[in-house]
Amino acid sequence: MYRSHVLICGGTGCTSSGSQKVRAALIDEIRKQGLEDEVNVVETGCHGLCEQGPVMVVYPDSTFYAQVKPEDVPEIVTEHLLKGRPVTRLIYNEAVTDEGKVLSLNDTDFYKKQVRVALRNCGVIDPENIEEYIGTGGYQALGKVLTEMTPDQVIQEVLDSGLRGRGGGGFPTGLKWKLCAPNKADQKFVCCNADEGDPGAFMDRSVLEGDPHSVLEAMAIAGYAIGANQGYIYVRAEYPIAVKRLEIAIKQAHEYGLLGEDIFGTGFNFDIGLRLGAGAFVCGEETALMRSIEGKRGEPRPRPPFPAVKGLFDKPTILNNVETYANIPEIINRGAAWFASMGVGKSKGTKVFALGGKITNTGLVEIPMGTPLRTIIEDIGGGCPNGKKFKAVQTGGPSGGCIPASYIDIPVDYDHLAEIGCIIGSGGMIVMDEDNCMVDIAKFFLEFTVDESCGKCTACRIGTRRMLEILEKITSGNGTMEDLDKLEQLAYYVKNNSLCGLGQTAPNPVISTLKFFRDEYIAHIVDKKCPAHVCKSLLQYTIDPAKCKGCTACARQCPVSAISGKVKEPHVIDQSKCIKCGACMATCKFGAISRQ
Amino acid sequence: MALKKTSVPFKGTPEQEAELKKVIAEMKDVPGALMPIMQKAQEIYGYLPIEVQTMISDETGIPIEKIYGVATFYAQFALEPKGEYQVSVCLGTACYVKGSAKILEKVEETLGIKTGECTPDGKFSIVSCRCVGACGLAPVMMINDEVFGRLTPDQVPGILAKYA
Repeated sequence: MYRSHVLICGGTGCTSSGSQKVRAALIDEIRKQGLEDEVNVVETGCHGLCEQGPVMVVYPDSTFYAQVKPEDVPEIVTEHLLKGRPVTRLIYNEAVTDEGKVLSLNDTDFYKKQVRVALRNCGVIDPENIEEYIGTGGYQALGKVLTEMTPDQVIQEVLDSGLRGRGGGGFPTGLKWKLCAPNKADQKFVCCNADEGDPGAFMDRSVLEGDPHSVLEAMAIAGYAIGANQGYIYVRAEYPIAVKRLEIAIKQAHEYGLLGEDIFGTGFNFDIGLRLGAGAFVCGEETALMRSIEGKRGEPRPRPPFPAVKGLFDKPTILNNVETYANIPEIINRGAAWFASMGVGKSKGTKVFALGGKITNTGLVEIPMGTPLRTIIEDIGGGCPNGKKFKAVQTGGPSGGCIPASYIDIPVDYDHLAEIGCIIGSGGMIVMDEDNCMVDIAKFFLEFTVDESCGKCTACRIGTRRMLEILEKITSGNGTMEDLDKLEQLAYYVKNNSLCGLGQTAPNPVISTLKFFRDEYIAHIVDKKCPAHVCKSLLQYTIDPAKCKGCTACARQCPVSAISGKVKEPHVIDQSKCIKCGACMATCKFGAISRQ
Repeated sequence: MALKKTSVPFKGTPEQEAELKKVIAEMKDVPGALMPIMQKAQEIYGYLPIEVQTMISDETGIPIEKIYGVATFYAQFALEPKGEYQVSVCLGTACYVKGSAKILEKVEETLGIKTGECTPDGKFSIVSCRCVGACGLAPVMMINDEVFGRLTPDQVPGILAKYA
């Protein structure tokens, strides 16, 4: 028995900010002070508050330390673990009241409105130890399904829960299973889409890193429901920690007889293989993903036939996303009614969002569907940093749209977002403030889709490129109002005529910014100005002769010698030479240089 | 079909070849094994020049144009060798809105090469990458496996100098 457990985050965010060094220092220090039989160090998955990494929680008192450095470790061990006095200066500042009282993690603003279902074990258990998963009720759902339920009952339970695909499409999961179950074949497949490609979304990575067994268990349940005995997880090669933990988890599940032949002595066989993606965004599309598992170029194909009939290796196949699977064991254990009691309308349960961009608390949050956007941005996220004004939030990555500040009270669920031309998508939420140019953001996403278009269908291959060219013309100050009409026409053309989800949704960032921020496009075209001062070609730096002291600092900094003037006399910028790098403005001590 | 020769001469060793052949022998009967084989081959050689693709084709019986098709489709497969230090600047959305384009510009300026290129001494190469999933630390760049977060452009030359 240990008297204290120290949980240190080993997710990608915290590893990047140095949690491995902290862990090594901790183990070392605990040994030095002779506490190794009393204090246990556990490496867990993501706690969600990546901004504050490396993150460390000491139990039983659940003290939450943030931004811990290796040199802080001796103090924590001596003061907290030995003498029982938490080191207040290192505790996450939201978890200490003004009076100096230490709050439990669940009482902080970031956590108190969250409901963790898919992330229930992330940051709580050691993902590399199957016994910890079993200790929290893991593989109970699989046991229940195999011994007490028929495949039809399993499918009905998932249908009744109202669970919809968490990867972007929002298709009812139970219905997907129901459509596949009756199809007869010598072999069927259960696939897991872990090719999380939307930039800015990392919930699937966190589930795989923090709770890999929940996905394996759910896939086995799905296999039983549809009559398949082989599964594949298609995971991004860019997620090395997730890949490693999945490999360990699959091996351990085999050793415990929870994967492989005759699971729980019921005669049910199920195995799971890993396939690594190779960096193609289009492989998040179901038919492209299956082709990629087959070892081919990941190009989508027309549907029907749908994968439920003819999928991987031409056999009936279901494909669900990581977060979707992570919900399944809880639905089986706690019942469909429990799951359906959370959320609103046709959006049941919870959703994990990755908060990023211009927001104080970046990280992962899991909230019931239908939570108002304001709660996410202001209460949980802590608003925009540096007192900047909140402008918009971009959801759904390159397939999604922007929600402007005026809609901040909108409930976040599938249907409400669809009404304003947005999607939940995989759950990326990038917050933007007044310094972000919406035309530039639309261009950024178009560059992404142009790059990632597989080239198979004309509408997407050529259409997105033409749209990007128009956006480049506008941001360089050469756009006309006719271009705007052309852009809009083309956007709908690409949307309606592309073969797969990538092309059909690629114009969304353009359509939604045109809808909510048309005035910014017009400012670029008519006034030749970028209101957020982002688009370089439209900027102009000038020196105020009244404020300039003639110190020559700017002239020395200018990389293209565009600034001239005599010492102690006002300087001028030669606009024809200026490359708008902003170095002069950063250098000037007198605030004499302005940008317009 | 004209296959592009890489600019750097191929320097594969017999040991590497034996290792690759062993991998192929183990995997070639698994359905859909081509990509895992190519991923292993890239681990062994660091990149996939036409010589390596030909070897895979000879051993598996998969036509070379299929292999070339797969190699050029996925961003992960490199037909050109990488620098000793690969600098990857994240241009994912979270990093982008926090100014990673300026970080990339500074890296290019400091090393005197463009994205996708390698310095003449083979020391550095630059790539822009999609999200590395460390959005909480945006903007982020990686040098091989080491991550540098919460960057500002003026930190870039100092970081690169440590590797030069």
